[in-house]
Amino acid sequence: MTATRRTTIISAACLAVSMSACILLLRHIDQIRPKATIEDVLYLNSPTTIKRASVGFDGLMACIYWTRTVQYFGHRHFDRAHTYNELAPLLEITTTLDPHMLPAYQFGASFLAPKPPAGAGEPVRAIHLMEYGIANNPNNWRLYYDLGFVYYTELKDYRNAAEVFERGSKVPDAHPFMKIMAAQMAAHAGDFETARMLWSATYDSSSEENIRQNAVEHLRAIRVDEDVTNLETLAKTFEERTGRTPSGIAELATAAHLRGIPVDPDGDAYQIAPDGRVLVHDPDDFPFITKGLPPGYKPGPPKFHAQR
Amino acid sequence: MSPRIVYIAFNTFREAVRDRVLYNLIAFALLLSGAAIFVGQISIDIERLVVVNLGLTAVSLFGIVIAIFIGIGLVSKEIEKRTLYTVLSRPVRRWEFIVGKFFGLAGTLVVNTFFMAIGVFGALLYVVHKFSKPDALILVALYFIVLEFLIICSLALLFSSFSSPLLSAVFAFSLFVIGSFADDLRGFAAMAHGLTRWVATGAAYLVPNFSALNVISAVAHQQPVSGQLILNNTLYAMFYTAMALSGAVLIFERRNLK
Repeated sequence: MTATRRTTIISAACLAVSMSACILLLRHIDQIRPKATIEDVLYLNSPTTIKRASVGFDGLMACIYWTRTVQYFGHRHFDRAHTYNELAPLLEITTTLDPHMLPAYQFGASFLAPKPPAGAGEPVRAIHLMEYGIANNPNNWRLYYDLGFVYYTELKDYRNAAEVFERGSKVPDAHPFMKIMAAQMAAHAGDFETARMLWSATYDSSSEENIRQNAVEHLRAIRVDEDVTNLETLAKTFEERTGRTPSGIAELATAAHLRGIPVDPDGDAYQIAPDGRVLVHDPDDFPFITKGLPPGYKPGPPKFHAQR
Repeated sequence: MSPRIVYIAFNTFREAVRDRVLYNLIAFALLLSGAAIFVGQISIDIERLVVVNLGLTAVSLFGIVIAIFIGIGLVSKEIEKRTLYTVLSRPVRRWEFIVGKFFGLAGTLVVNTFFMAIGVFGALLYVVHKFSKPDALILVALYFIVLEFLIICSLALLFSSFSSPLLSAVFAFSLFVIGSFADDLRGFAAMAHGLTRWVATGAAYLVPNFSALNVISAVAHQQPVSGQLILNNTLYAMFYTAMALSGAVLIFERRNLK
């Protein structure tokens, strides 16, 4: 073997060994300090400073920060975290860098507003974010729709929701349902029907897969909440008449002359607890339901279902 | 244009290609295709924005780095290798040498930008499947980036005509950064008083205004760019380039090459 060939083989082997060692060591280091990379750390949290540091390339910087926001929210959401300390600052930086980045407002508000673990539980900051978005994109009716939605779903502030839908309906090319929403808010704000109408409109007016999937989950949850409410009313009537709670859903269905055993959107029969409360078969299948949950239920990781 | 200028420009272009400058296109292609494929999986609803922002930013940054690092060596390398004496001993005027070098480097950057533009449109097509009319605005942003390169090339040549390569790189890069903040500098001048106001205003008008040439964000959002801005930016870049090149010629004409 020539000296050159020997050197080539040894250096190639050294390179391969060193590279493998580096990878193994990094994996080990990651285990020692889990989630030390992107979680809860914002080295720079002044939007103005970051804008200046981007030397004019703030559009690209906004994309990077938006991706980081999505990753941050996604990781914490999957871990069922109850704190999202960096979410609002990340969104503020993203939208300062690029005030016209619409997904940051639309998704950002749905990340910020819902109660933990579904979101950060900061509806007021979500409203500030949306108002900033509207100030910078006044002719985008969807932003008014999303803002009205936050008022309606998270704050139950029907008066402001109606006012925002009304404002949005005056934007050129606004979807006709904005006017209907404004009227519906004023008359029947708390109804299941209004909620169903809002989520159906969200589903129909968006081409974004994630938004449509979220709407499907909410529509499923509304159906469950409505079913459980109705069945609990029937169970109460049964108890008043017989002096005891129904022994099962089949007995309730027979006594109430229902057409069959009532089932949830997945086709599983509802159950009746000994105290007369109606429960769903598997609450993990319905991440947004507010009724039909067993006592002390702790939600698992979110599941997603096919579109309706 | 004098045939001597064309010849020097062509040789400068050939030299840049031989120096494997166009290899940066491989890195660019990898960057863009990676972004186009992966960004949809790690982010939400910004695939088009990322491709346009990343593509145009990369075109701009790659080009500026090339313009500075080649531009600063255009004169000093010729002096160091003593090839300048061979050139100037022929019937070539010093100003023709400077202008030829400028056109050679500018040509290299235009060719580079052309291939990168194909990459940007290819990645965009991959993401959106079909071009729409506002996508043509990307061409305007690319045109402004080329104007930026012309200014940077002329500045690199200006510094190269009297300074060492290292200092020239520092000067040119500093001017690029300051020029990107030209609007802020003007705002600062407006807020200052007395002598500071005069100095700041003078500096604000002297440094190249790169912020006016940066329409990447607007184009990414498909916002129109006015014809007036295109015309004014074109004239501004031409005059600024002419100013810096004239400075380079003035200095180089008087430089003692012995």
